[in-house]
Amino acid sequence: MNTQAAAHTHLDRLEAESIRILRETVAECRKPVLLYSIGKDSSVLLHLLLKAFHPARPPLPLLHVNTTWKFREMIAFRDAIAREKGVELIEHINQEGLARGINPITHGASVHTEIMKTQALRQALAQHGFDAAIGGARRDEDPARAKERVFSLRGAGQRWEPRKQRPEPWGLYNARLSNDETLRVFPLSDWTELDVWLYIRRENIPVVPLYFAAERPVIERNGALLVYDDDRMPLNAGETPRMRRVRFRTLGCWPLTAAVESDAADLDALIEEMLRTRQSERAGRIIDHDPSDSMERKKREGYF
Amino acid sequence: MGRASDDPALKLRALEIRDTLRIAICGSVDDGKSTLLGRLLAEAGMIPDDRLQQMIRDSRKHGTQGGAPDYALLLDGLEAEREQGITIDVAWRYFGTDRRAFIVADCPGHAQYTRNMASGASNAELGIVLVDARAGVQTQTRRHVAILAMFGVTRVLFAVNKLDLIDYDVARYAQIEHECRELARTLGIARSDAIPVSALTADNLVVNSPRTPWYTGEPLLKFLETVEIPRRSDAPFALPVQWVNRPDQHFRGYTGSIASGRIAPDAEVVVLPAGTRARVARVIGGANDLDSAQAGDAITLTLAEQVDVSRGDVIADAAHPPEVSAQFACHVLWLGDAPLLPGRRYLLKLATRTLGAQITEIKHRIDPDTQAHLAATRLSANEIGYCNLSLDGDIAYRPYREDRTLGGFILIDRESNATVGCGTLDFGLRRNKNVHWQHLDVDRAARARIKGQQPRCLWFTGLSGAGKSTIANLVERRLHADGFHTITLDGDNIRHGLNRDLGFTDADRVENIRRVAEVAKLMLDAGLIVLVSFISPFRAERRMARALFNEGEFWEVFVDAPLEVCEERDVKGLYAKARAGDIANFTGIGSPYEPPENPEIHLHSDREAAAESARRVIEALFA
Repeated sequence: MNTQAAAHTHLDRLEAESIRILRETVAECRKPVLLYSIGKDSSVLLHLLLKAFHPARPPLPLLHVNTTWKFREMIAFRDAIAREKGVELIEHINQEGLARGINPITHGASVHTEIMKTQALRQALAQHGFDAAIGGARRDEDPARAKERVFSLRGAGQRWEPRKQRPEPWGLYNARLSNDETLRVFPLSDWTELDVWLYIRRENIPVVPLYFAAERPVIERNGALLVYDDDRMPLNAGETPRMRRVRFRTLGCWPLTAAVESDAADLDALIEEMLRTRQSERAGRIIDHDPSDSMERKKREGYF
Repeated sequence: MGRASDDPALKLRALEIRDTLRIAICGSVDDGKSTLLGRLLAEAGMIPDDRLQQMIRDSRKHGTQGGAPDYALLLDGLEAEREQGITIDVAWRYFGTDRRAFIVADCPGHAQYTRNMASGASNAELGIVLVDARAGVQTQTRRHVAILAMFGVTRVLFAVNKLDLIDYDVARYAQIEHECRELARTLGIARSDAIPVSALTADNLVVNSPRTPWYTGEPLLKFLETVEIPRRSDAPFALPVQWVNRPDQHFRGYTGSIASGRIAPDAEVVVLPAGTRARVARVIGGANDLDSAQAGDAITLTLAEQVDVSRGDVIADAAHPPEVSAQFACHVLWLGDAPLLPGRRYLLKLATRTLGAQITEIKHRIDPDTQAHLAATRLSANEIGYCNLSLDGDIAYRPYREDRTLGGFILIDRESNATVGCGTLDFGLRRNKNVHWQHLDVDRAARARIKGQQPRCLWFTGLSGAGKSTIANLVERRLHADGFHTITLDGDNIRHGLNRDLGFTDADRVENIRRVAEVAKLMLDAGLIVLVSFISPFRAERRMARALFNEGEFWEVFVDAPLEVCEERDVKGLYAKARAGDIANFTGIGSPYEPPENPEIHLHSDREAAAESARRVIEALFA
């Protein structure tokens, strides 16, 4: 027996544990689904999913909850990836919200997010009867996620009950459910934003080009740099989109996601920039700028 | 980020190959654990500016430092804990330097949260225990170290905090350090260290403090970056099978994460618990065939032979396989709000195997503060017991001290599906195969023993519509969920079959009850818990039924609701028909109901919900 085992790197260990979680979900759950949001974390999740079940196709579909306000580049990327990887992709749009004309501009970030994202997600999960939804959320994103389980139990109406969460010693995940209960599964729980980028670089994983700096039409509003993606958002007096060199750290609905000025046009530059700048990842998310407990509230209501 | 190399390419390379240290940090409420972690992260430059700003704003609102920056706030998450000022659950923290990434389980210190230490300690490679320099080693210090030891943490660092409050007194520190090391030694921790720190003034966190010139060791961050964690690399190969990958008839792979050892193509393996031998054909990682794989890798194996392998099996080195058993001596830490009861049926999950289990005996409870052995008949939340465990089938295992994956388990409640306990296997209790089974007549007691239960006849009596069947059904569901063997004899159903020749004259009513009582007795002899749900209106018949059973086996359960209530419910529309004269001799209308005088259980089904009644029956049954 060889006693000189090559030590695992941190990325090796993260990868192996995430693959174990994905396999455990498929082995224990009746009808799991992977929530695919097109961002960097979803790209990593999809990469891990393909590894976990090779040579089989992933035995579960991808679900994209489309708020209809995603950057056009995101949708193009999504469709290209699904085609290339040969995975089943389900798109869900809250048709009732769409009919009511819910949008982030007139209804504001909270209402738009609640109806087109949180409610839409609940609808999609109920409609397809999924009992486990795998997501790319990481514990380091927000203090409210620091205590989240890997297998997070949701009660009736997908509500998160902090006190009913199950201990997970030795990564022994208990996926047994009673009526009305469902699971959210977070294989990237232990990853940090830096880990995600280092892994994308190591594994050469494709991501949406919006993460890299380029000249884009930008308007500045309340101190936030918004990339003007289409003409649905009315411009205020004196506002004209100007070309500026920007990129995104996190991707969401375009009127709700602020860009940062940057010259980081490739992965090495991007990681280097991230190590230098001292802003947290979600600082660019306009929906989190409510009172500081907002993430926990949204979670209780069924947000990811 | 920590001290960055100036060359970006070198730095990226360093980050890509850095390793991991998993840490469990424990301390009591006032030890300053959150402040220490928050300050360490801030001093090392790992907290983003916008979060630091928010902490400074929050400190003025609800900080504990009189408006000065309260670094503990960097870590607080849930609204509830912020309001209560306590940490109610394990919180996971992530930080890193160029050399190492840290995954920190931030464990609550309160005695009533011992259960939350389990998740944190179970995977930890290093335990950090906070000690308040003013108080020295306390009862809870002892408890924290004991739990780390129970969960197999072999290396502990004592962070002796609040050095500023003892004026950096070297003599006092030396005394505390000595006490800490002694404590670790007596509790079986292989190696311990101590560092004098102050979270409030940042002494010895990232750089050595000028206020402790007498301390010549490393500051905390440096220690964490360089501490060596022994990893067993000579253990024999074992892979718990997680999922069988079978995309088509040409490929059959066994996926899983290697618990221990290394594996390469051509290795001889054995599939446990069956004991089938086979040879490894391919070792696959992601999309690639590998020359070999080692503990921790998530792989897919294919075997050269067609053998039967499914989820929950263990594929292991044929020369050094894990042992197989169904009975164990083990430690159990109870997590559930309802106590652990010996004989109650749970589900056990160990690695990828889930099966029925019961604790057959609690040998003793362990006082976490003194390690004294105490007598116990049950375990409440946060209590630790040394127990005998019996499983419904054989499993492959290793003692926990040798292998955390094949020796650590959780217990799951069959009804609520909650994770209610966790434990560590100590050794297998193997029956000596040379000792012949003692000759036993197969009698009522023997049949009951094999089912692990006390046979009973629960005789539900009461008016039509009182709720007998509803309650009996709830009781049976709960018993069944707990793994008990049951049968329900329901009046309506029996009249459709066995008793379909009987009418409703007094003579036929007596015969009806006689037959049901005899059937109930036969089933009780078979070892079952029998639930009889019959109006059985006459005292004499019920006495007759009771006489068929031994003392204590027959329980009369009076489901009591006034006639008006039953008539108003009239679920089956029978009262209406009886009032209309369509049914003769209907109990309560054309025929009397004689209430029991001394029922074993008296339920008032008009005043409480059926679920509450059912709960009372279950409670009485196990009292």
